[in-house]
Amino acid sequence: MKSDAGAAGASTSATVSRWLDCAAVVFTKELRVELRTRYALSAVALFAVITVIMVSAVLVGASVRADVKAALVWIILLFAALSGLSRVFVREEEAGTAAILRLTAPPSSVFAGKLLFNLALIGVVELVSVPLFLLLMPVEKLQLGLLMVILTAGGAGLASAATFTAALIAHAASGKSALYPIISFPVLMPLALIAVQATVGAFDAIPIHILRAWNDVGVLGAYAIVMTTASFLLFEYVWHE
Amino acid sequence: MSGMNKSVQSKNRVVDSSTAAIPPINFTQLRFPKVLLLLLLCATTVAGFLWLPPAVAFRNPGLARIVVFHVPCSIVASIASGVTLWYAISYLITRSSMDDVKSRVSAELSLLFWVLTTVTGAVFAKAQWGTYWNWDIKQGAIVLLLMIYAAYFALRSAIIDERKQAAIGAAYSIFATICVPFLTYVLPNSTEDTLHPKGTITTKEGLSPEYRIVLWAGVLGLTLVYVWVWRQHVALDEIRLKLAARRSARRAARISGFVVTETE
Repeated sequence: MKSDAGAAGASTSATVSRWLDCAAVVFTKELRVELRTRYALSAVALFAVITVIMVSAVLVGASVRADVKAALVWIILLFAALSGLSRVFVREEEAGTAAILRLTAPPSSVFAGKLLFNLALIGVVELVSVPLFLLLMPVEKLQLGLLMVILTAGGAGLASAATFTAALIAHAASGKSALYPIISFPVLMPLALIAVQATVGAFDAIPIHILRAWNDVGVLGAYAIVMTTASFLLFEYVWHE
Repeated sequence: MSGMNKSVQSKNRVVDSSTAAIPPINFTQLRFPKVLLLLLLCATTVAGFLWLPPAVAFRNPGLARIVVFHVPCSIVASIASGVTLWYAISYLITRSSMDDVKSRVSAELSLLFWVLTTVTGAVFAKAQWGTYWNWDIKQGAIVLLLMIYAAYFALRSAIIDERKQAAIGAAYSIFATICVPFLTYVLPNSTEDTLHPKGTITTKEGLSPEYRIVLWAGVLGLTLVYVWVWRQHVALDEIRLKLAARRSARRAARISGFVVTETE
């Protein structure tokens, strides 16, 4: 129980390594459960693919402007994300495993593991649906590098905000899947507006739009950092209810 | 020795709090005459319609007088949102159910004042910009705020357990409020195309003296209305909480059995 500097340093590093272990275990557990059922993947990725195909089919022959395409990409991504990102926490409540997780791992490491899983999920969805979108609705003068940076920064913000609202919605008694978009959209609205504004630059390649897009990438990064920090600070209060 | 000191101290504290006949003066407990408030509101309304000269800077000067209703509503709504956030943070720290009541009541009132701001703003926009709604950046921000508070109440109503409801509601209101500056400060600076004038309230040249008097009198009046209604609701919910606690205590006593003989 003596707290000289060396012991404190050793215990801190032990805490950190335990925290990292817990986060990694939670992440691999999510991955294993997901690969067993493929629920979230089929919900989110198929949702995105089907919506892309629908949009492309109903707009066949129509001349769609670049800014409309940018808006469509993000609306598809947002709705796809909100169809399945809540699984990470809702599943724990439904299976009755949340209490054991509460006892065995520090709260922030649980959140970190689940956030990592949702980030991976968003990454997969973007990798599948955006190329398909560009295949079915080609964009001339596409700025590929810029688009990839926007998708990374926007996806990070989307995952962090949506993971925290998933932790909130897991406590609802009923109507979780209906309530999840309702409570998430207000939080995601700034992200959507900024991401669409940036994607317009990546799609139409007008110099001033590209300049604005790089500025917006910074804002998207700031949004992701702020929302992740707020989630980690608030998660403890939510998780132990 | 130190243990004794501690026990004496704690006893003193208990005695203090139980025998204090007059609660310490708290600004939330202060009373103000409601007749004066009514007169103030009547005066600002009458002055807004009859005393103010037309505002020449606007496209439709005669109808610009609504600014003395629109801006105070938005300021009071911001105050109410701030109070909601303050007591939400306070609830997560103290876990006192009264902090939750204060936060929730303030959220209800801030939703009301944001709706009033939206309606007066839409009328204002029709008179000056020719359309009720044109997705000006501040209109986008106000839609975000309305959505946040609507979602807040939807989320609360979906949770049954009251303690859970309070904690989740507080966490959501904090989390959602954090994202508002992205729409109100960050995005407007990257897109210049807003029709809202800048610096009307904050700079000296923004308003003529008559407008300044009426507008700030309106802010004062509406703030007092907000404080009054907020305190009434909080007091009412405090009584409700106490009644519920007494009822559940009585029920617990009846189940445990031994107090029943005492009451009957």
